[in-house]
Amino acid sequence: MSDSIYKPYLMEIEQIVEETPDVRTYRLKFKNAEEAEKFSFKAGQFGEYSVLGEGESTFCVASSPTRQGYIECTFRKAGRVTNALANLELGDTVGFRGPYGNTFPIEEWEGKNLLYIAGGIALPPMRCVIWNTIDLREKYKDITIVYGARSVADLVYKHELKEWEDRPDIKLITTVDPGGQTPDWKGEIGFVPMVLEKAAPSSENTVAILCGPPVMIKFTMPVLKKLGFKDKDIYTTLENRMKCGFGKCGRCNVGKVFVCKDGPVFSYEQILTLPEEY
Amino acid sequence: MTSLIARAKELLENKTVQVVIGYEAGPTGLARPAFITDPAKAESLIYDDRCVQNLAVYLTKREVKNIGKMAIVATLPVMRSIMMLISEQQLFADNIVVLGISDDGKLLDIADNKVMQGYIEKSDLSNPAKYKGLLAELNKLSPEEKFLYWQKELSKCIKCYACRQACPMCYCTRCTVEVNQPQWIPVKANTHGNMEWHILRAMHLAGRCISCGECGRACPVGIPCHLLTMQLTDQVYNYFKVYAGTSEKMSSVLSTYEPNDKESFII
Amino acid sequence: METIRKLIRKQSLEKLYNNLSTTRKVYAPVIASDKQVEYKYNPAFTDVTFDHIRSTLSVKNVVFPKVENLFYYTNKQTESTITDIDLNKIQEVVLWGAHPCDNAAFDTLRSIFCWDITDEFFAKRLEKLVVIGLSCHLSDEYCFCTSVGLAPNSTKGSDILLSRLKNGDYHADILTEKGNAIVSASPELFESVTNEEAEITSVKQKFNHEQVTAKLSGAFENPFWVANSLRCIGCGACTYVCPTCACFDIQDEARGKEGKRYRSWDSCGFGLFTLHTSGHNPRNVQSQRWRQRIMHKFSYMPERNNSLGCVGCGRCSSGCPVDMNIAEQLEALQNI
Repeated sequence: MSDSIYKPYLMEIEQIVEETPDVRTYRLKFKNAEEAEKFSFKAGQFGEYSVLGEGESTFCVASSPTRQGYIECTFRKAGRVTNALANLELGDTVGFRGPYGNTFPIEEWEGKNLLYIAGGIALPPMRCVIWNTIDLREKYKDITIVYGARSVADLVYKHELKEWEDRPDIKLITTVDPGGQTPDWKGEIGFVPMVLEKAAPSSENTVAILCGPPVMIKFTMPVLKKLGFKDKDIYTTLENRMKCGFGKCGRCNVGKVFVCKDGPVFSYEQILTLPEEY
Repeated sequence: MTSLIARAKELLENKTVQVVIGYEAGPTGLARPAFITDPAKAESLIYDDRCVQNLAVYLTKREVKNIGKMAIVATLPVMRSIMMLISEQQLFADNIVVLGISDDGKLLDIADNKVMQGYIEKSDLSNPAKYKGLLAELNKLSPEEKFLYWQKELSKCIKCYACRQACPMCYCTRCTVEVNQPQWIPVKANTHGNMEWHILRAMHLAGRCISCGECGRACPVGIPCHLLTMQLTDQVYNYFKVYAGTSEKMSSVLSTYEPNDKESFII
Repeated sequence: METIRKLIRKQSLEKLYNNLSTTRKVYAPVIASDKQVEYKYNPAFTDVTFDHIRSTLSVKNVVFPKVENLFYYTNKQTESTITDIDLNKIQEVVLWGAHPCDNAAFDTLRSIFCWDITDEFFAKRLEKLVVIGLSCHLSDEYCFCTSVGLAPNSTKGSDILLSRLKNGDYHADILTEKGNAIVSASPELFESVTNEEAEITSVKQKFNHEQVTAKLSGAFENPFWVANSLRCIGCGACTYVCPTCACFDIQDEARGKEGKRYRSWDSCGFGLFTLHTSGHNPRNVQSQRWRQRIMHKFSYMPERNNSLGCVGCGRCSSGCPVDMNIAEQLEALQNI
């Protein structure tokens, strides 16, 4: 009998990073070596992470598929499952069902410039594809990352931001909201859309990948259009309440699309065809 | 019901209210709630034996409130619901116009809430006659027989929450069952969890239920859950000599403490 | 397999029922004490009703139970284990006397559960299901099977379809290998047909579903939705009685260090259905949820899965506390 599609892999927490007071990153490894062998995923996909007895929660796979042997997830303590997850320790068990969803079309982006824009806790869904393209650096031209958060404390992946900043082949612009800076903050101060407009990256032969809270997307889109980006060259990930992850429970249905199957990666051109129910 | 139609038309034409909540006849002949915003459409308002639903449930519904000031066709249970909603601060007293309907289907002249209170106080507030017989029958059973009866009935429950949604007093934006830290009642519809749900709901309504019977009527699988809430209404009256929905400033029967409360069970 | 039509006399029908009922689970309709029609396992033949128009609940719970355990788990100190449910333990069920609308719904459910990746829980139950359907000789004002491409004697989803004749005997249309196996087990009960005509009720067509689907693709912003859903109280009654609704919730239930994960029926009519933990709710008023119900069944499913999300049984309308009559709404939609 084939394995039930509802049965999770059992994973062990290998590493915990406390990104901010309420955001954690877990590195998970498969308890079963055979499963680890057979497992693969692509950038953009997500999974259902569970604490057995509390429930499941949907996060992207935040690590890059170019790095084998583990997967990572980043989450904020928000509800029942994320709070239970945050109470776990090294060596504890986490269930993982996946990978689900579609992927960033990175093959189509080869030879182009990449502009990554993210806000706050929305950097994790992009981190997988950022590292994926950095690990295949020679296939892409310029890589620019614009990342902003409410305050310095709210920036996630601080260690990696430093790594990206130090690399000569990546341009990193970080910003915090006005009032969120610390005395020794050396990055920009201002909201992401304004900082983006000031940086004015060229839209020529460039793909923009944008991820953030709805309000950030609402104000960043006009800036991208002003800079000359076409709808089909802007990508984003949609979030919606999900349960099964494979288009059967009905929760994430928006128009004739299921965010768990036809997404979470969508081009802006596709988003414009969807009713605004996400 | 020409006087009702005329009054509704008048209220809409004067812009005293933006919507009249009443009853209309559906294509299968059943009466159903109607929301009249156009004075010309007031003609479709009806009132007869088919009109039993408690319309007060719409007074706390966002999309109806957003239309503007409301007038509502109100039989006795609806009037009592309105009083309860005002005393629980879910409605502003002067935000609705009450189109009172007497027991024999005539339009009453309810000028303000004081008049409505007077009408309510003169009425019989005990459980409706048609349910008194059933309640008496059930009360004759032994506790074991009662438990078996409810276990059998509640095994049919599918947790559709029609009972909760139809009740004007169940207006919580987040019901106890929708909290998952902790999950007080199991999500799934198994007999044990169903019993927990119905007992919980009856207790949350004790002292607040105005015996309209909507919960039982709305149930798609025919569970007489209104008998549970009505039983508690009787019990509250026995202990506290209070019926719900008789004034705008009712204090909550089960959570108000008076210095002269009976303490014979403690002292 | 080519359809074979046989005659089965009333007494033989009883014998067939009893043969089946003694050897396996038979799910058949009876009239309950409060006059509602419900399906029970292995009732006595004399209790089985052949004159029902619709049961209160649909029969979807033979393939999609209202609660289904997905697995059991234990959380020990260093080790967690998951125990699968043994789907081989699912027994064969003979569904007796369900009408063509209910039986056609199995196909719709399959288009959800077996789309792209197969849900074994559903698939196994469907595999073990044998459907002896019953054509309708009675209907009422809530029926609208003819508006959604079906008929009171549709064969879709049935393995054998019984149709009543004037003299009380039945035609039995043997439609599939599963149906054939039932006949082969008791061949003496089935005879050659006579010239008798079956009594099939007529259901007036109320709307054309293809036209409705076409109209819906441009109707998202239409004020129709708010105007027609103000009275909807937002319960899940229509979803739960519907034979084609299949949205579900997945929950964990713990008892100390052990527990299980199950799925249970859910409804897009509930406010909680699309609520994000952040507090954002894409469908936070009832008109949006009502629109989702209709659009999902009549616009999104046909476009995406090539199947219509409705079989015209009328349960949603007859079970609704506030008379949200779906056929009436669809008729109106066809004309906007």
